[in-house]
Amino acid sequence: MTAAGEPAGGGAAVHVASQPILTVEHLTMRFGGLVAIDDLSFIAGATEITAIIGPNGAGKTTVFNCLTGFYQPTVGRLTLHLPNRPLYLERMEGFRIAQAGVARTFQNIRLFPGMSVLENLVAAQHVKLMRASLFTIGGLFNLPGYRRAEAEAIEKAEYWLDKVSLVDLADENAGNLPYGAQRRLEIARAMCTDPVLLCLDEPAAGLNPRESAELNELLVFIRDEHRIGLLLIEHDMNVVMGISDHIVVLDYGSKISDGTPEMVRNDPNVIRAYLGDEDEDGDGQGAAGC
Amino acid sequence: MIALLLSGNDGLLPFDAVIIKWIIALFALVIGLRAALRLRRAEAPEAAEVDRDTAMDRIGAWVQRSAIWLGPIALVFAIAMPFMPFADRRFIDLAILVMTYVMLGWGLNVVVGLAGLLDLGYVAFYAVGAYSYALLALNFGISFWLSLPLAGVLAASAGVILGFPVLRLRGDYLAIVTLGFGEMIRIILINWYALTNGPDGLSGIPRPSFFGLPFTRRPEEGVTSFHQFFDLDYSTLHRIIFLYYLILALALITNFFTLRIRKLPIGRAWEALREDEIACRSLGINPTNTKLTAFGIGAMFAGFAGSFFATRQGFISPESFTFIESALILSIVVLGGMGSQIGVVVAAILLIGMPEWFRDLQQYRMLAFGAGMVGIMVWRPRGLLAHRDPTILLSRFRAKRKASP
Repeated sequence: MTAAGEPAGGGAAVHVASQPILTVEHLTMRFGGLVAIDDLSFIAGATEITAIIGPNGAGKTTVFNCLTGFYQPTVGRLTLHLPNRPLYLERMEGFRIAQAGVARTFQNIRLFPGMSVLENLVAAQHVKLMRASLFTIGGLFNLPGYRRAEAEAIEKAEYWLDKVSLVDLADENAGNLPYGAQRRLEIARAMCTDPVLLCLDEPAAGLNPRESAELNELLVFIRDEHRIGLLLIEHDMNVVMGISDHIVVLDYGSKISDGTPEMVRNDPNVIRAYLGDEDEDGDGQGAAGC
Repeated sequence: MIALLLSGNDGLLPFDAVIIKWIIALFALVIGLRAALRLRRAEAPEAAEVDRDTAMDRIGAWVQRSAIWLGPIALVFAIAMPFMPFADRRFIDLAILVMTYVMLGWGLNVVVGLAGLLDLGYVAFYAVGAYSYALLALNFGISFWLSLPLAGVLAASAGVILGFPVLRLRGDYLAIVTLGFGEMIRIILINWYALTNGPDGLSGIPRPSFFGLPFTRRPEEGVTSFHQFFDLDYSTLHRIIFLYYLILALALITNFFTLRIRKLPIGRAWEALREDEIACRSLGINPTNTKLTAFGIGAMFAGFAGSFFATRQGFISPESFTFIESALILSIVVLGGMGSQIGVVVAAILLIGMPEWFRDLQQYRMLAFGAGMVGIMVWRPRGLLAHRDPTILLSRFRAKRKASP
């Protein structure tokens, strides 16, 4: 274990313009003898897009799984800075983390395929609606409080459908949507939970250039209009370099660079990880994801 | 060949049953025609499969749309049924039996159809309900109407108790554990002699009364019986008809409850859980609570049905609650089309009504049952009337908003 606070290898001071929403300190995740993440520390800003990049198998998705409670980290502290109190995510159950305001999407899309697009978005507002329905009892009798809450939930769903241009497909089964639309729906569904931090696992994977340009616009819109933090795993460098405020580069589970896009682009460590070392014979670790 | 089949007792079958021969002949005809059609069209089998699936879905969708007028018609028929000329005692008894299974099917639909938790031990909750009422009535003299909610609560508790150990299980594994749970309850009932009277069962369970008016020919001193109060001639049919209306009411409550809860957040959470549990967790839905409520509410309805069963029979023993009952209820749900309320009714009539009707051919019952199931899996793998309509439609919501600004 390296000394406290020392970024492993990157060296550059973490650049955060806004207030932090998430601090990750000494995150380590071991699966038996395999070290998937090794002493990772970084900060994500409250109204910034923070990208986590790195070659395949660098441990990016593992970071997300630790953050959202699917794995319990072996070592480390994950702090979510809510306005009134900090929350320590490393010991919380997944659904409580989501209730606290960390929403996520998945690398291989996880919608509710048998339910309609609108139902997907309303199901995402479960916690709020459950309370409004007085834990089902008020809902059974269709009390006015519940009716109002349901109408509001549908209106919010409508708003996000409009933002991801899926209004015309609202009553369609989610499983029948084309791939790009499913990706957008998953982001809309995550936004319906009113998150403070949105974690996107490869949102541009499988999108064509036009779709990924639209995705960029959507993510920038979410950051600027809804003032929340975004954490992004991405291989598509157009997306990463185009919209990120802050990039963290992982390789073999350790951080090798951390800073603004310009700093990361010129960091010799990053170039070595992606393109191999010039001094050696040049095969390196391959150019995965570039 | 058909002519051969139909010409008297030719030794093809060990008995002389014309109807079976007709059925076999009909099957032979259908299979022959289909084979001929296939050969002529010689189409790609995959395309045919897709066509068939959409055609199936269309039938389901049509039934679902028609439920608006089909439902009330069925309801009116169900209410008027006991007074129709063909409704003799045997027919009403059969209707009561079918209704009991319809109710059980609707209850199990919450667990299997909505929450997607395959439950092979559903009869355990039915047993808990039946024994709850029997024991409460025999030991403490609690009336049926008071026992009914208590039996529901006890069965729901049993459902939650089953829910805890199986929270992490899905699919086949869950099915095996629930199957084991069903057997456990039955074996407890057999062996806890002091409480349940073991395999001898409990007899003399009080019959229900019509809001305090018993259905007896000669009531005890100071008690007015049903026929005296309404100034009717005594008839044993009164009680049967009352039981019929009782189970009809219970089944309808189950139905309306399920239809309503599907549109509530908890119902949507059940369906979301069926679709993708991991996505549920990432949206803040508590999977533990959601699963436990599904088990609990499904079990509660089985408990209601169980107390009804106990009061109707007047005698219960563990023999009534074997695995074959669970399998039958699950078959009703699967055959009807998971999640389809009308499908359950159709399937219950087919699976319970038909075998009772053709009781003379009882020894071939399981054979026909098996053949029918194979047929369903071949031609209607998603059930007879499987079709899911969204619980909310944006178009409808917008129209409503426009109407009332």
